[in-house]
Amino acid sequence: MRTSIVSLWGLFAMLACGCQPDHGEGPLWSGGTTASPAPASDMEIEVPPPPFTEGVFPCTDCHDPEIPVNARRRAMKTAHQEIVLEHDQEHRWCLDCHSAENRDKLHLASGELVDFTESYRLCGQCHGDKYRDWRAGAHGRRSGNWDGKKTYLLCVNCHNAHAPAFRPLKPKPAPRRPQRADQPSGAPAESASQEGAHQ
Amino acid sequence: MSCKQGSCGGGSCGGADRPAAEAATACHDDRDWAPASEGIVENEASRREFLCALAGCAAALAGGCSEITHTPFFQKRFRELSAEERAAFVADLEREHSARFHKPVKVGLQEAKEGVLFGYALDISRCIGCRRCVYACVDENNQSRDPQVHWIRVLEMEKEKGIDFAHANAYYEADTVPRPGHFYVPVACQQCENPPCVKSCPVGATWKEPDGIVVIDYDWCIGCRCCMSACPYGARHFNWKEPEIPEAEMNPNTHALGNRPRMKGVVEKCTFCIQRVRDGRYPACVEVCPVGARKFGNLLDPSSEVRYVLEHKRVFVLKGELNTRPKFFYFYGL
Repeated sequence: MRTSIVSLWGLFAMLACGCQPDHGEGPLWSGGTTASPAPASDMEIEVPPPPFTEGVFPCTDCHDPEIPVNARRRAMKTAHQEIVLEHDQEHRWCLDCHSAENRDKLHLASGELVDFTESYRLCGQCHGDKYRDWRAGAHGRRSGNWDGKKTYLLCVNCHNAHAPAFRPLKPKPAPRRPQRADQPSGAPAESASQEGAHQ
Repeated sequence: MSCKQGSCGGGSCGGADRPAAEAATACHDDRDWAPASEGIVENEASRREFLCALAGCAAALAGGCSEITHTPFFQKRFRELSAEERAAFVADLEREHSARFHKPVKVGLQEAKEGVLFGYALDISRCIGCRRCVYACVDENNQSRDPQVHWIRVLEMEKEKGIDFAHANAYYEADTVPRPGHFYVPVACQQCENPPCVKSCPVGATWKEPDGIVVIDYDWCIGCRCCMSACPYGARHFNWKEPEIPEAEMNPNTHALGNRPRMKGVVEKCTFCIQRVRDGRYPACVEVCPVGARKFGNLLDPSSEVRYVLEHKRVFVLKGELNTRPKFFYFYGL
């Protein structure tokens, strides 16, 4: 356990100083349309790309670096009106996470710029316990192989970064109640519908 | 029981087809539990010899019926089969199911890996009761659609009452889940280390594999349902009728002890998706869970996800007082 965490952190540290991992498989956690394998400890881990709205990235397509940044907290009028911040909105604002100096990046509290594919580092600044559990596999969804190559979802694949509370879902149909021999087949049991209605 | 007839070569032994299963399902047909014929109450060895001799005669009468390669009625229990016999057994099953479902069906025989003991952990602080796992399981494991068989039951419980099976409701309907004031406990086979179902089986048709999965030999099961009454979790399900699986939805990647199509009159249950996990993959329910509440891995691997959960979270098992020692753990991830 300890060694794998240490090696993961080691890889992060290498990334932070711009080094490539020795395996030469490409940068760790790199995104893109097909996520590249990122060998961490003895496992291979992939992350899918962040779920951008179509046409929204790269941000510099609209946010011309020449235009001075308006850092004032305000209601959006010309773009991004659909974003309703429900994420500690009393204290947070766009530029707390999005970088003003490089619009295609996020920034950590330290000022370090991170890619959108590494947004979990940004989330982990406040949600350290979830970040720790996610890295260990106890938080979030994984798919692939339990003993080998697997895919982790990014925080933002499940949580909308602007309103991260998990949305309620419509459940799949309830199981049919066990049939009694004297009931015609396929007839829904009466008590089932009553039970559904009274709540 | 189409499989039996299919492999009998011209139906020459169709009349002697599986009397035990017929007797077991008799209660469902509202017939009285008739005393079994002499052949069933006789001791096992002489019955077997007699029937084998009979089969020989029947084959001879049918005029050199060379197609008989696999006759489940005369087959030994799965655990006693040699490697060659197992291969012949699954080859016949594959042929039979491929013909029935009109696509190539694989019936695997992957064995347990050394040093692996499967464990499962479910975060009940995350589960929202959406039942995605229930239907992913049905699709993956070829459960009967009608009559409906679900290996996973999601129990809705009241937060005020806590874990309380007496007031749990598996039939909740809602526009959206989670419903306020409720939490959800999905229950499937707990893969007990000390499984009461295995002890209760009178014919040894169910057992615990070296990697901890409790499996059923569908061809040896007599459908007595003793295991179902012994299971404290309601995790075993009986095929009252011939299971109905739509051809298009049938999952052709199967395992001989897992999700291969079952027949009428046998018991079935969750096998942690044996056909997937023995290939190293996650079970279907783990991959489908939209809130990531389901964790799976090797309990003997200290770096596995389940071990992390066991070592760092508040964990409990269902009905721990029964000393069944489940390998299915529930935890609070928050």
